[in-house]
Amino acid sequence: MTTQDHLTTSHPPSALSRLFRPRPVPDLVLTAILVIGAIGACQVLVYSGLVSRFVMPLPSSVLPALGELVHGGTLGENILVTVGEAAIGFGIAVTIGLVLGTLIAEFRTIERIVYPYLIALQTMPKIALAPVLLVWFGFGPGSKIAVAAVISLFPILVNTIAGLKSCDPGRLDVLRALGASRWDCFRLVKLPNALPFIFSGLSAAVMFALTGALVGEFVGASAGLGYLIVQANNSMDIPQVFAILLVLVAIGVAAFAAMQIARRKFLFWSPNED
Amino acid sequence: MGKMDRVTLGETLSMPGAITAAPVIATRGLGKTYATSAGEKIDALTQVSFDVGQGEFVSLVGPSGCGKTTVMRILAGLVAGYSGSVSVGGRIVHGPTPEIGVVFQDANLMPWRTVLANVTLPGQVLRLDKRACEARAMELLALVGLSGFEMKLPGELSGGMRQRAAIARALLHDPRILLMDEPFGALDAMTRDNMNVELARIAAEAGKTVFLITHSIAESVFLSDRVLVMSSRPGRIIETINIDLPRPRSLDVVADPMFAATVLRIRRLLEQSTGKDPHVTLAH
Repeated sequence: MTTQDHLTTSHPPSALSRLFRPRPVPDLVLTAILVIGAIGACQVLVYSGLVSRFVMPLPSSVLPALGELVHGGTLGENILVTVGEAAIGFGIAVTIGLVLGTLIAEFRTIERIVYPYLIALQTMPKIALAPVLLVWFGFGPGSKIAVAAVISLFPILVNTIAGLKSCDPGRLDVLRALGASRWDCFRLVKLPNALPFIFSGLSAAVMFALTGALVGEFVGASAGLGYLIVQANNSMDIPQVFAILLVLVAIGVAAFAAMQIARRKFLFWSPNED
Repeated sequence: MGKMDRVTLGETLSMPGAITAAPVIATRGLGKTYATSAGEKIDALTQVSFDVGQGEFVSLVGPSGCGKTTVMRILAGLVAGYSGSVSVGGRIVHGPTPEIGVVFQDANLMPWRTVLANVTLPGQVLRLDKRACEARAMELLALVGLSGFEMKLPGELSGGMRQRAAIARALLHDPRILLMDEPFGALDAMTRDNMNVELARIAAEAGKTVFLITHSIAESVFLSDRVLVMSSRPGRIIETINIDLPRPRSLDVVADPMFAATVLRIRRLLEQSTGKDPHVTLAH
């Protein structure tokens, strides 16, 4: 009875009320508002002189500085230098991380020998090695590659070991009951099973490699985005520093996107994806 | 070869309902001792001897923790350091043999492989022809009622469907024996009943010898030609019971007085051996 009453008394919403009905704002819009608001606030603070232009550039001066950088003609090659160093360092870290991680996870003896060193190294802040690596590998790209490789190695190594050791024994029994070789158990069960872990390690390592290349360039270099930042900073060209930071953000986003594409391709089956 | 000597201690003489034809599986004096973390030794199994004939459906029932799974793992070649011997097809085996296909308690499908690729997995391990394996996998998926699901991922299947896929996988390399360890233990009672009917059909159509491990007395009686009753601590076989119910059996067989009498008899045996009520679910 009451429901029927309710039905008859409720009016169909008018077109006007539908238009003004509050509806959820998409998250993306909120994010954009936040960014624009923050940039606007900076503009006001710097323009009014509340914050010194040597501390924070006028946001409106960053894009012209970026334009200058692009027109200068050296930005492209400096990007290539830094990205190249990071990529080669990352490649070395992936190779060593996967091979060493597999050996440690699969062979008890190797684990016992190597593990103490691994823990000691892991607890040490590896960035501190950058000056030493500069001495060892020289002023050129070698030392930057080394820093990138050293700091991006650990997330890959640790996750590879954890992934290979986390294998469900039931799945291995399926293969063992068929008399499968150790190699078959590895390639058909353990390795694919470890992929979600390995990809977590790779995602972290990509960013670490970029950081490593930059830090290497900070310590001493004659090319690369890190070198450009130091140069601009020394000449108090703060807008240019921020312009380079924008370039680095773009590179970071591109690297992250590439990792996500790889994840989707290899981890389509994992319940943690999407 | 010390194992062989223990074999000849006349275990066959005490086998009720022994098979006259050469057995497909023969175990003699199986025993397994585990050491606890305190260094104490615990006998999980002692003197477990039985035969399974060609095409026979034999179940091993017993209370939880009586060593049933240890028997299964020894047969599958997954346990080292046991006493006694296992022979399959007349030959003593010491490890895994392709003559046995195993279905585990969990389906244990590889989540990154499609259903079809999971079923063809044994072919990859045993280096069988890929084309032939795929064709056979399609046939087996039809046999277990999974046609049309070949390209699905295990995560998209229900528990019952995953276990069907696991049965198809166990049959891929055409083993003589299907070894099953509580294959439907994780399923709900209704699905479990249906899977049992399906299993009876699949075993008959595929012409396999089946050795099933279960703690459900009703399930063992429903499916088997013979039921081996096991007691716990240490696990040993206390009785072998022939099930003479006509085949094919439908679920209505539970109303048969002989079914009820057999279930009760096994239950009494287990009660006597453990001194308490065994875990019985009469949903079956």
